[in-house]
Amino acid sequence: MKFRTFAAFVGPSVFLMLLFIAAPLTSVFLQSFQLTQPVLERVEVETCTPGFVTQTCVTEIKTRPLLDEAGNIRTTTEWVGGLSYARVLQLGKVGEAIAAGAWGDILSIDFWKALRFTLTFTLITLPLVIGLGLAIALAVNNAAKAIRGQIIFVSLLPFIITPVIGALSIRWLFIGDGIMTAGLEWWLARDISMFAQGWTIELLMLFYRVWHVAPFAFVIFYAGLQTVNQDTLESAIIDGASRWERLRYVIVPHLMPLIVFVALIHLMDSYRVFEEIVGFSSQAHVISLQWLTYDFLQPDDAGNRAIGRASASAMLTMVGIVILLIPLLRRTWRDHRGA
Amino acid sequence: MKLKIMAAAGLLSLMTTGAYAGCTYENPVPLKSLSAGFEAWKSVTDAMAECGNVEAELDQEFRTKQPAAFAANPSLYHIGGVSNGTVTPLLNEGTIRPLDDLVAQYGGNLSPNQLIRINGQVMAVAMMVNTQHLMYRKDILDDLGLAVPTTWNEVLEVAAAIEAADVVEYPLGATMKSGWNLAQDFNNMFLGYGGSFVNDDSTPAVNSEAGVKALEMMKATTAFMDPEYLVSDSTYVQQQFQQGKIAMANLWASRAGAMDDPAESQVVDKVYAAAAPLAMEGGAPATTLWWDGIVIAKNIPDAEAESAFRVAMEGLDTEMVEGANDEAIWLISGYAPSRMAEGAIATATAEPAPISYPSTSQMGLMHTALGNELPAFFTGERGARDTLAAVEAAYTTAAKEAGILE
Repeated sequence: MKFRTFAAFVGPSVFLMLLFIAAPLTSVFLQSFQLTQPVLERVEVETCTPGFVTQTCVTEIKTRPLLDEAGNIRTTTEWVGGLSYARVLQLGKVGEAIAAGAWGDILSIDFWKALRFTLTFTLITLPLVIGLGLAIALAVNNAAKAIRGQIIFVSLLPFIITPVIGALSIRWLFIGDGIMTAGLEWWLARDISMFAQGWTIELLMLFYRVWHVAPFAFVIFYAGLQTVNQDTLESAIIDGASRWERLRYVIVPHLMPLIVFVALIHLMDSYRVFEEIVGFSSQAHVISLQWLTYDFLQPDDAGNRAIGRASASAMLTMVGIVILLIPLLRRTWRDHRGA
Repeated sequence: MKLKIMAAAGLLSLMTTGAYAGCTYENPVPLKSLSAGFEAWKSVTDAMAECGNVEAELDQEFRTKQPAAFAANPSLYHIGGVSNGTVTPLLNEGTIRPLDDLVAQYGGNLSPNQLIRINGQVMAVAMMVNTQHLMYRKDILDDLGLAVPTTWNEVLEVAAAIEAADVVEYPLGATMKSGWNLAQDFNNMFLGYGGSFVNDDSTPAVNSEAGVKALEMMKATTAFMDPEYLVSDSTYVQQQFQQGKIAMANLWASRAGAMDDPAESQVVDKVYAAAAPLAMEGGAPATTLWWDGIVIAKNIPDAEAESAFRVAMEGLDTEMVEGANDEAIWLISGYAPSRMAEGAIATATAEPAPISYPSTSQMGLMHTALGNELPAFFTGERGARDTLAAVEAAYTTAAKEAGILE
């Protein structure tokens, strides 16, 4: 392909990537080292608010930002180095906890608590999603042609549902006396509260994520199964390979690049776990890194946002994803070069 | 088929002609409003819409959207529905306008009590007061011969008696969803024990005797609750009441009307309201007072602001209150306090009275710190002192970042 043609095809995509990915990323990176503060003044303010019958007026010293001529808040921005990172990571407290031998205390710091959950969530769902996806793909592949369409349709359904809606519907099945909880209580004849402790919420989250993403793995693997070399399979049968051995030595090696692909996508996606936290309102028990960033960004009633810490937390999340992906990327790169 | 279309067309024309029925004039200027989504706001915005050309957005996320939307030029909304908790960023950023002239021209029906004055200037017009107070199942208390509790210690005793009688699933409900709700419940109890959130120099002061007592009392009440209390918000508690699952809760007055809604509630006429219980003898009821009202954006032409204010006055008139009497503790003339309002009135007129929720930058930071750090106490990860220390640490970090602390 001529370079001009290549550039004409790729150009728009590169431009959009620079605009929507690289530029925001740079800006977040820079902001994570900056601290923007409003210029504040302390003034005496008299506030009159309604009581039920008469008003009450209070005069108090209030802190409020100064406005410039255009009516915008005056701010100062300064470079603060790794201050926001230090505030997110709280390494001092981590050091104290390690020195005191109280490892559990580390998990009471938001970032480390979120990291613990994010990692376990990602690493537990990964094999489950790949295993379940492969199982469905094999089952569909071996099903009679007449019912294949219907099975594919049904197994794809969870993937079509909007993530937050899916999470909410599972939440409503289990919260309080939800239909599932009521059913379990009746069956086991004991009182069950799925949302009263952390581990049951985590179980629901894991279940939801696997249920939601397995169809994606299934579609990819099912496509891959259509390209398995039938001659190799037949010769394996003639050689007396059992069903398991055919799977182990013919099908899985053939699907390996796809498995790596699904793993890559899944690691990236589930490290950014967020919908589950909101959907299951699990903040009291478990939080994720992405949720932490969101929480920093969320303004409080007085309009304060922790932009610096949010940027730092977002950068740390990205670093985490990159570290997780390195082994898989190296493998892909090796295969690519080898080919 | 033809008949159906005719009927539909007839209905449609009725609706359009009826649209101006409740309004004294026809509003020609397209206006938009953004407010919270509870029943009272629905009635007010419906009444505003009767003047025509009003597009009302009712969104429980309004507190997040409002500051940015009002800071735009021109502002994305003309009318904002606020409460004393959420008006702070609008005041700080100067995105709402003083209303003195408009009040003088169009606010003839307003009582002085409704005018929220900051340094003498009218910045908002209040329409209702709100507070968290004790709502209880009168039938259950009467059957068991129990008096309505007036202190939190009595609440525990009554709850124990109700539990022993096994008449409801859980004696107590509470808006203790982790985050904003849980922090607000702590605020109530903390103030009830006479605590104050920050010192004069903006340093935190929650790690105190009052803080520990508040946490311990809250923990004691959770023994009588649905174990899933950390996900239970106002709507959840309201539904627990409506479905007859709980007997008592310290719940928002604005939720009281729903108890008597026969379409939703199985406990019509059984729920009564009393003053918020005291945390300690001689203290104020353990709650805060709130008001809800309207503001007008600054970044809009004066003519639009005038139309917006006129429409808002139509929304806050006696006619609206008469149609929605039980939905709130209205401040508007024509309001007749009903059975459900007794609790809120008793709370607001108690001696000493509870304070208004403090709308300051410090309080915003403190509320967030409380919301994030308190759950660990209730899940048993941390003790009371450690939790309050963590709250102070989180507040200090955020306050330094916001420039409030050096």
